Amino acid sequence: MIRLAAALAATTALAALVAAPAQGQSMQGMPGMSMPMPAKKPAPKKPTATKKFPAKKAAPAKRSSTRTSATKPGDQSMSDMPGMSATPAQPAMTGMDHGAMTMPAAPAQSGTMEGMDHGSMPGMQSQTGASSMPGMDMPAGQAGHDMSAMSGMAQTGTNLPAGTAPAPQPPIDHYAEKLFPAHDMAAARRDMMREQGGQTNYQVMFNLAEFQARKGRDGYRWDGEAWIGGDINRLWLKSEGEGAFRQGVEAAEIQALYSRAIGPYFNLQGGVRHDFKPGRPTTYATVGFEGLAPYWFEVEGALFLSDKGDLLGRLEGYYDQRITQRVVLQPRVEFNLAAQDVRETRTGAGLSSAELGLRLRYEITRQFAPYIGVSYSAKTGQTARYARADGEDPTVTSFVAGVRLWF
Amino acid sequence: MQHPYSRRQFIRGSAVVGGSLALSSYFPAWAQPVSAGITTPLPTVSGNDITLRIARQTMMIDGRSSPAIGINGTVPAPLIRLREGQNVRLNVVNDLAEDSSIHWHGLLVPPQFDGVPGVSFPGIKGRSSYLYEFPVRQNGTYWYHSHSGLQEQLGHYGPIVIDPAGEDPVKYDREHVIVLSDHSQISPEGIFRRMKVDPGHFNFQRQTLAGLLAGRDQTQKERFDWGKMRMDPTDVSDATGPAYTYLVNGHGPFDNWTALFTPGQRVRLRVINASAMTTFNVRIPGLRLTIVQADGQNVMPVEVEEFQIGVAETYDAIVTPMEDKAFTLVGEAVDRSGMARATLAPRAGMAAEVPPLRKRPIATMKDMGMGDMSMGGMQGMDMSGGAMRGVDLTAEKNPSAKLASTAMAAGAAAMPGMDHGAMPMDHSGMTADGGAMAGVDHGTMPAQSGSMPGMDHGSMDMGSMDMGSMKMRDFSKAPQVKKGPGVQTISPMPMDRTGEPGQGLEDVGHKVLTYRDLMALERNPDVRAPSRSIDIHLTGNMERFMWSFDGEKMSDVHEPIPFIEGERVRVNLINDSMMGHPIHIHGHFFELVTGHGDRAPRKHTVIVQPGGKVTWDFTADAVGDWAFHCHLLYHMHAGMMRVVSVRPKGEAA
Repeated sequence: MIRLAAALAATTALAALVAAPAQGQSMQGMPGMSMPMPAKKPAPKKPTATKKFPAKKAAPAKRSSTRTSATKPGDQSMSDMPGMSATPAQPAMTGMDHGAMTMPAAPAQSGTMEGMDHGSMPGMQSQTGASSMPGMDMPAGQAGHDMSAMSGMAQTGTNLPAGTAPAPQPPIDHYAEKLFPAHDMAAARRDMMREQGGQTNYQVMFNLAEFQARKGRDGYRWDGEAWIGGDINRLWLKSEGEGAFRQGVEAAEIQALYSRAIGPYFNLQGGVRHDFKPGRPTTYATVGFEGLAPYWFEVEGALFLSDKGDLLGRLEGYYDQRITQRVVLQPRVEFNLAAQDVRETRTGAGLSSAELGLRLRYEITRQFAPYIGVSYSAKTGQTARYARADGEDPTVTSFVAGVRLWF
Repeated sequence: MQHPYSRRQFIRGSAVVGGSLALSSYFPAWAQPVSAGITTPLPTVSGNDITLRIARQTMMIDGRSSPAIGINGTVPAPLIRLREGQNVRLNVVNDLAEDSSIHWHGLLVPPQFDGVPGVSFPGIKGRSSYLYEFPVRQNGTYWYHSHSGLQEQLGHYGPIVIDPAGEDPVKYDREHVIVLSDHSQISPEGIFRRMKVDPGHFNFQRQTLAGLLAGRDQTQKERFDWGKMRMDPTDVSDATGPAYTYLVNGHGPFDNWTALFTPGQRVRLRVINASAMTTFNVRIPGLRLTIVQADGQNVMPVEVEEFQIGVAETYDAIVTPMEDKAFTLVGEAVDRSGMARATLAPRAGMAAEVPPLRKRPIATMKDMGMGDMSMGGMQGMDMSGGAMRGVDLTAEKNPSAKLASTAMAAGAAAMPGMDHGAMPMDHSGMTADGGAMAGVDHGTMPAQSGSMPGMDHGSMDMGSMDMGSMKMRDFSKAPQVKKGPGVQTISPMPMDRTGEPGQGLEDVGHKVLTYRDLMALERNPDVRAPSRSIDIHLTGNMERFMWSFDGEKMSDVHEPIPFIEGERVRVNLINDSMMGHPIHIHGHFFELVTGHGDRAPRKHTVIVQPGGKVTWDFTADAVGDWAFHCHLLYHMHAGMMRVVSVRPKGEAA
């Protein structure tokens, strides 16, 4: 019982460890980077939107001035803008506005803005020093263009701050149904929506499909999966097993799982597993996870409860180290755990077996990649004792050659 | 130049038997067809009654036949030439077995003629037709394309040019329409599925262990930090050169489509990015580009040497080649995995040096919306700009990489583009060519600093900034975003990047257009203050290839984004992803809030740079339901779309 608890704890802890980063990635511990946190959301909307801006009055003057200098907008003088000659300050202000940073440097900025006519600029009035400056983004892009009409320009068109009017309620009708038969539009709309994000996809993949050369008897091994479904809900089939030539399959299992995306990188999976071998066929209920852990580790883990009440666990992980664009080295580990001895399948409690593999593949295409490698598998603890009692070597080293493929 | 390539070929060839299965195994170099140049302009249709017939066909690209969907037998579809003020009837015949549609991108038309199935009309069933009929209320360069399924990827796109009713403020002697696009031998459904099930599938420029050992790209420490975040800084484009051939007017880089000029002529280039997925960096080494129009709207002339054009944007540029020689028009994919190439020449059959592809950009913390990290004590974080870090011989680009000439002796014209990206040069004894570098105009450098906010933050006191608490997925930063697996990150500090030239162009050594350089030629038609503002977050998960607005895919959401007729609203687009998104609204133009008051540039599509923010004002003056989406075809297909509703006051709700 203690061992059961230990195994359970180990598995769930690992699961939690791996799943947790999927939820929120912190940048903590990235040295060399210090960034401001927006202290608060900028107050993007200022009460404005009244119609008494002197925009239209100012515009003609501006137009003529821009016309005359239209050919070289990059070289235009800003000399008519007292206090605004500090061009470099302007992009900085843009950064400020959008990041809504609280900036110690801001007082200097507002200093350079002194020359502006604040009188008729709502949104600027109440701005002081280092606060966020929604009104400031207006002249930001002026760098390089004619600033002579600045005070007029700052108050018209896209330089004006936005108001705070409420958004309307979305309509419940479909406009095109005024012009086309409603059922035609409904069908087209259904197709359109399915076409933009509602597709069903599938993949069949064998990460391992290999020949294993080892002392005594050569064997083979497979580890593959297939899925079909949308972005969130999928049906998965997994299968793995191994055998020896002229002796038949030694172990073979298949899983049918419902898989649900629970984060950007991880899927939660539950369903049934059926083992054809070793021993008598056994069926398990299973729950597990599968996904991409930080540092690009592909990981999966699962708990299996057999129809006889035995609890097993499994953790797998691999990493694709790209050596060149097409040569990839894949270290891979697999741990099998058991909460109790299962004499029939010659499985001992605790860590019953482990496999360490190192495979080097060449991606002829992304979908078809032959590989060679080495695989070391070891039965441990009671499982090893079972093996020895059966006259087997609990550790096996194999040289493998196979193909990783998907379609 | 040849050396790195042939070595790469050798390595690949020797390392694998059966390389014919390789994604990138196109023709060997010797088998590449070399065209003397195609000067045929696009077929043109005009008048008040136009018939367009959509059908499957094949097209020849660099001597290779490829399945396509075209209109009236051509890809791109014929140039539709109209005049402002006319009425036009467009009879669209769909000869496909499936539904189709045409959206007139940038044209202000009644909603039933906007061409989005399920939003503006039911679509055009297979083997049937639909009559579009509308007054032409504007002038400029636009385009049209399918809004059904993934047909656009297959060639269902074409240019529109509308001549002004009165005198054109832009003076030119000759014009050429340049339709940039991307075409693949893989079916669009296949491309989508590969991206969906295998993140980074088409990225063959990833960081490698070999690169680390050679001192390329990020340091071990940075890779570790990025690995912890599960972010790939080389993930710049989802679909890349190894999957695509980049086209000019339907022709591959080896076809060498050629635009003719007479020396001294002012040549107007109407550049349209009709790609499904590719942001292009466009330049013509040796010629300055005077931008006179963006998205069909005239702007004050701005002189640049390069501009980035997002999917669905258009730019009109004037060039004035004075010499009797050929120039290369380069449309380099943003991730530098290939290029579209054309030639400007006084006569057919000419070609100019083709500059090599520059070094691909690597995303920075700024691209993840973490603010500007490139200053004070932040050295080493901004990896995009560093020079001389060698080249990854196993990185794969498309065959256009082979166009770069071996002997760069002709230097001057091509050199400006080479400075930073052109790493391969350094391995082939290029030091001898220092003389050619003299041709580079360093005079443009100071101008650049003015447009680079990242360089001007000297006044910021970084000392007070606290990095420890920055989270990459803090939903309190974006309360409206629906929490879910589809949202990988929330930009903690999205920045206005409209003063920057675009990803990978920060230090190319010459003047690159920024959005802030654009100023409308005419005063904006509506200069009222916005009565309200809304935020829209561009969200996604690169690991699952899920894309959405505010964490919700089109397939999840029934409610439109509501507007009242005539109201003026400020829209803040906040990019919570590490990818740029060209965002397009139908039925309206918007004015970019870039500090130009009533001369704000008016656009229909705008790139929101990675981790960046773009603000625009617009007047909801077109009653109806309108599509609003990311114009990266597969992002839209993955759900990055919404319906925008405009209703008369009092009628809504």
